[in-house]
Amino acid sequence: MTGPVASLNTSWFALIGLLWTGYFVLEGFDFGTVLVAPFISRDEIDRRLCINAIGPVWDGNEVWLIVAGGATFAAFPQWYATLFSGFYLALFLILAGLILRGVSFEFRGKEPGIRWRRSWDWSMFVGSLLPAFLWGVAFTNLIHGLPIEADGLYRGGLLGLIHPIAILGGLAGLSLFCLHGATFLTLKTTGELRSRARRSAAALTAPTVLLLAGLVVWLALEGSPTPNPDGLTGALPLALAALGAALVLLAGWGRLHNDDWVAFALMAASIVAVVGAAFTTLFPRVMVSTHAGQSLTIWNAASEHETLLVMTVVAALFTPLVLAYQAWTYYVFRQRLERPAQRRDPGSTPAGAR
Amino acid sequence: MLRPIAVSELLDRWQFAVTIIYHFLFVPLTIGLGLLVAVMQTLAYRRHDPEWDRLARFFGNLFLINFAMGVVTGIVQEFQFGMNWSNYSVFVGNIFGAPLAIEGLLAFFMESTFLGLWIFGRNRLPPVIHLATIWLASIGTILSALFILAANSWMQHPVGYRIVGHKAVLANFWAILGNSTLWAAFAHTVLAAFLTGGMFLLGISVWKLVRQGDRAFFRPVKLAAGLSLVCILGVIVSGDFQARLMDEQQPMKMAAAEALYNTEAGASFSLLTIGNLSGQPIFQIRIPHLLSLISTVSWNGEVQGINQVQAAEEARHGPGSYIPVIWVTYWSFRSMVGLGFLILIVAGWALLLARRRRTDLPRWFSWVALAGIAMPFLANTAGWIFTEMGRQPWIVYGLMRTSQATSPTVVVSSVAVTFGGFVLLYTVLGVVDLWLMKRSALRSLSEADEAEEDEEGEDRRGSAGAALVY
Repeated sequence: MTGPVASLNTSWFALIGLLWTGYFVLEGFDFGTVLVAPFISRDEIDRRLCINAIGPVWDGNEVWLIVAGGATFAAFPQWYATLFSGFYLALFLILAGLILRGVSFEFRGKEPGIRWRRSWDWSMFVGSLLPAFLWGVAFTNLIHGLPIEADGLYRGGLLGLIHPIAILGGLAGLSLFCLHGATFLTLKTTGELRSRARRSAAALTAPTVLLLAGLVVWLALEGSPTPNPDGLTGALPLALAALGAALVLLAGWGRLHNDDWVAFALMAASIVAVVGAAFTTLFPRVMVSTHAGQSLTIWNAASEHETLLVMTVVAALFTPLVLAYQAWTYYVFRQRLERPAQRRDPGSTPAGAR
Repeated sequence: MLRPIAVSELLDRWQFAVTIIYHFLFVPLTIGLGLLVAVMQTLAYRRHDPEWDRLARFFGNLFLINFAMGVVTGIVQEFQFGMNWSNYSVFVGNIFGAPLAIEGLLAFFMESTFLGLWIFGRNRLPPVIHLATIWLASIGTILSALFILAANSWMQHPVGYRIVGHKAVLANFWAILGNSTLWAAFAHTVLAAFLTGGMFLLGISVWKLVRQGDRAFFRPVKLAAGLSLVCILGVIVSGDFQARLMDEQQPMKMAAAEALYNTEAGASFSLLTIGNLSGQPIFQIRIPHLLSLISTVSWNGEVQGINQVQAAEEARHGPGSYIPVIWVTYWSFRSMVGLGFLILIVAGWALLLARRRRTDLPRWFSWVALAGIAMPFLANTAGWIFTEMGRQPWIVYGLMRTSQATSPTVVVSSVAVTFGGFVLLYTVLGVVDLWLMKRSALRSLSEADEAEEDEEGEDRRGSAGAALVY
């Protein structure tokens, strides 16, 4: 079944694309910050500065994922069902990672002991690494195609998701998030810590561009496994992907000129472009099947008109409000985090010892 | 009588039960303590009272430890419908997905964003704005309860839908939000959540007042006891209202709550049963006419029995068993109600003591109040086990059976792996969480202040620098 491009189905596809974009732009630097922090921190204060840079916002950022999941459930139940049951073990690993990460942020600072804090450092590192890598694997599989059968289900399990191009996609995502995080830390810190964050961002730029370019070229050469007659014509997805890579390079240029805000904005734009490329490649499919005519699309996976209509009204009313207060949060916490003037390492001073 | 259950379905059900019960240990405390911290901070603000301010921060710290656990275990719930219950997801997505998405958009964004502002904005926002952030976060938690209960109430009592092909399709969104089941459940659940916060505040405050001699905790004792008493009365009244709705909407659940096998007028209510529940108990304590009163508000009202409802269900839905596991419904219902009345006693007692004895509460009462912390958690859990198990074999009452709802593509070994993984992860985190809660709760107010100073003292003296909260 197909239908007009200008329809509620299309706008919901776009909205879900937007939610994932928001998620990757925002949680992307959360992931990256945690992953880069151990490599650029020299002491406990450095570590805490890094974690506190995302402290006020990480939880709000993660809600973008929850809403993307909920919106998919409401607007495209078959997509939600096939994706979440098909990627079962991968999603479990992502969930385990997100659980570890979340509690680590909150628990780490509650006790002064050095072993306590190191344990949570490890747990937040692993907890960020798993989703940062696996989201790339998941999205690459959506585009690259899976043997989705006539009943709309994928039965390949976890091993069916792990193959060279998917691993490349995972690495590209991981690298992009790390770079995004390093750029964020460059923007949010001062002095030595900022210099180290900046150097790590510079070091990550080339690998990120290469991985992205490799992924895009590979996907483009293979092409769609089955014809996509209703797809967006022309080179829009390719152009967006190229733009994404170019923006990563441009961010490097901004970094050279010590323009931290510009570099960060360009990195965010780069993620917008990359996620945009993924979604425009998919359209109007939501999960590509390697069997002809069995892809899930915005038509065969969607809810009925009534649900889409109600959800459109709700989204139109409340999304601007959410964007406004989240933007305000970023405004409130816009300042760089400075190293406390007093040179005392709280991590080595048990609270009771004073 | 018992239908054999496939291993995979059993594992799916156990995983869902374990993860959601675990999640719902943290949720009511988040809702209840969030409100109480907001109230304490308001008292501090309105009266320029530094003592309430220290208390708000002390309990705010405990609130945050608990909140983190609630958040991370909540993400699992959002994903699990699709992961383990994909047939269910396809069947109900049109309807069930909407409140879930709205919960995220309206409630989760609000909770998480304003809580971030509250944690990190203490020294950066004007006091009145800082106060507003905790209120907004608290309202977010309550909105979240509303929408998730809208989804659950639709499973208990489907309204506003049409069946198109093999799917339930939205016919009237307002009917779903206006579901009588929803508003009864919302009142009952949210009041129980406030009660959970109240009894938590009571237990810790009494302990600190009596054991640590910290007079600052006397006022929270009064606040907590008063609030808990009001809430438990509200819980009882709303629960009573729910029972009547249940009698009308899910007669099997009502009959299963009492293990009433045959329809009876003027039915009595058994407080406890020793022996089997199928009609030949060894020993029972019964209160005459009470079951009829609860479910029909009349002395001799007729309450339908399991056998009669079973026959009616077979006539409507075809052959099969429509009877839930009776010992589970019977005992979970009794545990919930019994704990409720126990809480009523503890809260009333605490209020009496606090009003009469002023600040020197008896030492032994600290143990009572400490046990009081656990009671709402147990009652909440028992209540949900009752309401979900009592609906079986249906996942959506009258529309879809639980056995039809699982994911056809997820193999048993996968569920075994994730179930084991969740149990392991949750056990470790639960132990750490309890340990951390206990340590933080035992810290005196001045120690807590010092720890905070130690962590962010530099910032308070500086201006634009780092607020090192984490």
